[in-house]
Amino acid sequence: MSEFFDSPEFQEAWEIFRTQFPLAAWETVYVTVVSTFFAIVIGLPLGVLLVTGEKGGIRPLPSPLLKLLNWIINILRSVPFLILMILVIPLTRALTGTAIGTTACIVPLTAAAFPFAARLAESSLREVSPETVEMAQSMGASPLKIITKVLIPESKPSLISNATIAITTVLGYSAMSGIIGGGGLGKIAINYGYYRYKYLVMIIAVVLLIIIVQLFQTVGTMLAKKTDKRLKRT
Amino acid sequence: MIELKNISKVFTTKDGSIEALKNVSLTIPDGDIFGVIGLSGAGKSTLVRCINMLERPSSGSVVIDGTDLGSLSEKQLRSVRSQVTMIFQGFNLLLQKNCLKNVCFPLELAGVKKSEARQRAQELLELVGLGDKAKAYPSQLSGGQQQRVAIARALATKPKILLCDEATSALDPTTTNSILELISDINRKLGITVVVITHQMNVVERICRHVAIIDDGEVAEQGEVTQVFSQPVSAAAKQLVYPDGISDITANAAQDEHILRVVFNGAEAAKTPLIAMLAQQKGIAANIAYASTKSIGNKAYGSMILSVRSKAELTEAVGYMNSIKDITAQEVTANE
Ligand SMILES: Nc1ncnc2c1ncn2[C@@H]1O[C@H](COP(=O)(O)OP(=O)(O)O)[C@@H](O)[C@H]1O
Ligand SMILES: [Mg+2]
Repeated sequence: MSEFFDSPEFQEAWEIFRTQFPLAAWETVYVTVVSTFFAIVIGLPLGVLLVTGEKGGIRPLPSPLLKLLNWIINILRSVPFLILMILVIPLTRALTGTAIGTTACIVPLTAAAFPFAARLAESSLREVSPETVEMAQSMGASPLKIITKVLIPESKPSLISNATIAITTVLGYSAMSGIIGGGGLGKIAINYGYYRYKYLVMIIAVVLLIIIVQLFQTVGTMLAKKTDKRLKRT
Repeated sequence: MIELKNISKVFTTKDGSIEALKNVSLTIPDGDIFGVIGLSGAGKSTLVRCINMLERPSSGSVVIDGTDLGSLSEKQLRSVRSQVTMIFQGFNLLLQKNCLKNVCFPLELAGVKKSEARQRAQELLELVGLGDKAKAYPSQLSGGQQQRVAIARALATKPKILLCDEATSALDPTTTNSILELISDINRKLGITVVVITHQMNVVERICRHVAIIDDGEVAEQGEVTQVFSQPVSAAAKQLVYPDGISDITANAAQDEHILRVVFNGAEAAKTPLIAMLAQQKGIAANIAYASTKSIGNKAYGSMILSVRSKAELTEAVGYMNSIKDITAQEVTANE
């Protein structure tokens, strides 16, 4: 065993780990959290529109508009992330001034994640029973109040667990963004593992990614359970 | 006063249109407990949702205290809805909010100050007997308790009208009773007009003064409960009063047979001693033609149809039954 730790491969990998991993892990978390945040900021209102805007919803949208919205979301969701990254380069440049680097990859990540977030939000909001919405209407709640005081608060636990799904998915995408110059653990895994055959470094990067996913998932699940008052028993 | 004038409601679906209400006219006086009874699918929920305009009638008008709700904007309607509140079969509490916050909900919508709202909510929870459950969540309550919270919530904005759509249909008989008692208490103490939608005869018999029988979107019959249930005229009414085709009883009664209907409304006596007592004390031998009674606690609920041999016996039997607490009896006239 000690031979392994004394081997030059390990020594080298350890050196890389020590010098580069803290920053890379931080970049990964930063990019993931910020992109997911923007994805939710855009996706949640869209999810609300999808639910409230349908026929028979609390604030129906003109049907062509709703169709268009669904269509855009579906298209964006079907474009593979790698291709989307390249497609949004002009937008990335316009927003961040560069197409390469850690901050730059927030743009394609958000673009890839918000349609997904919208669908997740939609499915959470649909868990609120139509009877509950009817109750609010019968009490004279306006559509806006129904959204802010009924739909969102009542589906909060589900929104949290879906946000967790979103963040772990974005983390996976962020690793991929290493290919076009995004920073973080993905970049290390690709640069050392793929281009330079240093598999040990790649494995460490992957293990770290797994640990980060687990952390997000554990915290998310815990939060969702803790906020869900339906689980309370006497 | 609630006046429904020639209300029709047509739902257009992919598979054609459904006429859920056909020319329904009803007048519900202030302070009344008004029952609307009918089989499932008859249009009861649609009717009650027209009263607060959650459903706009296709034609006809809803007039409450002289205001035609059809002429109001959505915004004006929303403020009317704080005066015409509703409780439901499924309670429809906010599951992520505790009882106090559930009761605060309509007050919050009405823009009442938070501290004031909390105080009023606590008072209302006490009124419905759940003063100690303010911090409990709906999942921690029984069905009956949840309905009590829903009632407290419906009363928060001091409404003039309370609409109850199958409010006891999800509850067991004992709980049903206590909720009905609470509703009639509220009607008595606060003078709130109550509209009770149900498919259960005993609910109407227990608390309503007036009833409308609705059948396939139409009002088949309406009037005072005792009147409608003792002398049902329409086929729909007969079906409710005499389930299982018992309506034939009156038609098939022999010339010298007289029919009476006895309603148990929480009477202490069970049915057998009553018949025995009738024989013992009055010397009247009555036949039980039909009986559907239930004991809840020590009390009997339900109805029974008896036949006796002469007009004199009938009058005496009716008098005797009516003299007993919580039992009413009427002659049932033969079908025309
Ligand atoms: N929103 C709706 N769209 C289409 N049909 C409806 C709608 N609401 C009710 N109906 C139909 O109207 C009829 C009456 O329904 P409802 O008022 O719910 O009856 P009840 O409450 O007496 O059971 C039923 O045939 C039902 O299917
Ligand atoms: Mg119904």
